Amino acid sequence: MSEFLISITPIDWLLDPLTHDFMRRALMVSALVGGVCGLLSCYMTLKGWALMGDAVSHAVMPGVVVAYALGLPFSLGAFVFGVGSVALIGFVKQKSRIKEDTVIGLVFTGFFALGLVLVSKIKSNIDLMQILFGSPLGISRSDVNQTLIISFIVIFILLIFRKDLMLYCFDAKHARSIGINTGMLHYLLLTLLSLSAVVGLQTVGIILVVAMLITPGATAYLLTDRFDKMTLLAVISSSFSSILGVYISYWSDIETGGSIVLVQTVIFLIAFLFAPRYGILKNQTFINNN
Amino acid sequence: MNPIFKSHEKDFMRIEADQVCVDYNGTVALYDASLNLKAGSICGLVGMNGAGKSTFFKALMGFVRPSRGKIRINGLKVNQAQKEQSVAYVPQNEGIDYSFPVSVWDVVMMGRYGAMNIFRIPRESDRRAVVHALERVDLLDLRERPIGSLSGGQRKRAFLARAIAQRASVLLLDEPFSGVDVPTEKLMAELFLQFRQEGHTILISTHDLNHVRDFCDFVVLINKTVLAYGETSEVFTSENLNKTFGGIPPNPLSGPASSKDFINE
Repeated sequence: MSEFLISITPIDWLLDPLTHDFMRRALMVSALVGGVCGLLSCYMTLKGWALMGDAVSHAVMPGVVVAYALGLPFSLGAFVFGVGSVALIGFVKQKSRIKEDTVIGLVFTGFFALGLVLVSKIKSNIDLMQILFGSPLGISRSDVNQTLIISFIVIFILLIFRKDLMLYCFDAKHARSIGINTGMLHYLLLTLLSLSAVVGLQTVGIILVVAMLITPGATAYLLTDRFDKMTLLAVISSSFSSILGVYISYWSDIETGGSIVLVQTVIFLIAFLFAPRYGILKNQTFINNN
Repeated sequence: MNPIFKSHEKDFMRIEADQVCVDYNGTVALYDASLNLKAGSICGLVGMNGAGKSTFFKALMGFVRPSRGKIRINGLKVNQAQKEQSVAYVPQNEGIDYSFPVSVWDVVMMGRYGAMNIFRIPRESDRRAVVHALERVDLLDLRERPIGSLSGGQRKRAFLARAIAQRASVLLLDEPFSGVDVPTEKLMAELFLQFRQEGHTILISTHDLNHVRDFCDFVVLINKTVLAYGETSEVFTSENLNKTFGGIPPNPLSGPASSKDFINE
């Protein structure tokens, strides 16, 4: 394999996968999903909803299984359970004295366990590994269509409400004081989270989708002090990671979801070390100079 | 009457609170609080910590729903007044994430969101309002700076500018002088007097009796309810202050002055 890698030119490395139909599909879907999740990740990191992202992405598991078993679009089942988990978290938190992070952990593991049990009980052609780890290389045409539709819904809503959601993340009290319906924004953001988790699990699977929903935002946050720039950087780094991850996965024959998230993590580490203003090496130089 | 206000606003009391009660899960935080403020006045809301100042503010801003009583701002219900951009709120800001990636300009522009269309795209008039607000708090030169890079006093001024940009006739300020430097304090005090001149109505919550004496026309003394309300010279008696602070009158003026002096001012 390594001899083979050395013998190909970078142009071949880029173009050869494009001769396959499944690779073109995988690259397109991954780039789109990367962009959508990257966009949302800005709001997740700024609002401090990383754990909520983890919860929702795990909680969609039984929904996917049930939808497959009933022959419904998997995204529908995932969405219902994603929103359901959020509602349940809110309900338990309000009605008990348990702290929020505990409630979140409790609800999402419960849902995830239910999903596992359902998979083992419903003997159908559901591939557990595909749900858990995603499989962009094996994505079907109907799944591509679902992903396209959901992605465009999320992008459309975020384009309309991006300023309101930004204000909601920054200063919800002020938003309320100027007559903006913050309750609506709260649930809108949670709905977008559920939808993004649904498309994200296509490419990297349930377990790693939370990375898609926080890592690009965290990386971009280290690189800029402007919200618009942050969203742009998050989208670019996220889509780039997805594309590069798929390529690496193709040529090295490694697991695609892991490959994508690993690329994202490496980009984050580079930003963490070398970001112009907020990288740790920058601080080091600063201290040395003094 | 200042022409910036909408015509229907002039007929009403700016702030009207009638026997407002607020309780949190059965614990009474405020009861029978009444207040009437007319246009062009500055009113100090004075009380100890936990006396219900913040609760009263929250009720006036619609953040908590009174269990009894009614509140009107410019004759409108609170949520309507907010939609009309008639009331601006300057919080204490302890809950703000100052590493949020927004510039001073962005923050002040947030004051204009309510007046914009759904996409919140600033028009020329919005930009002018922001420039004007930044000029008044003397932050125009720092408009491109990230909000987190400002000093404490500058941050206070930025959030005050956001309220100014909103062009509301009623301003509610929660402890505006806590933790500010002397130049900022001076600038804010001058601004408040200008606002009054322009016909704004300002309600300031504070525990600093100096400020009340210096520029508040009216004062509300509060301890779970309104103990006394009226013109500052009449209400600021040592007896009232004793009641407000539970027999331990604070002595804000170091040196020979005491609360007695307020009466004679």
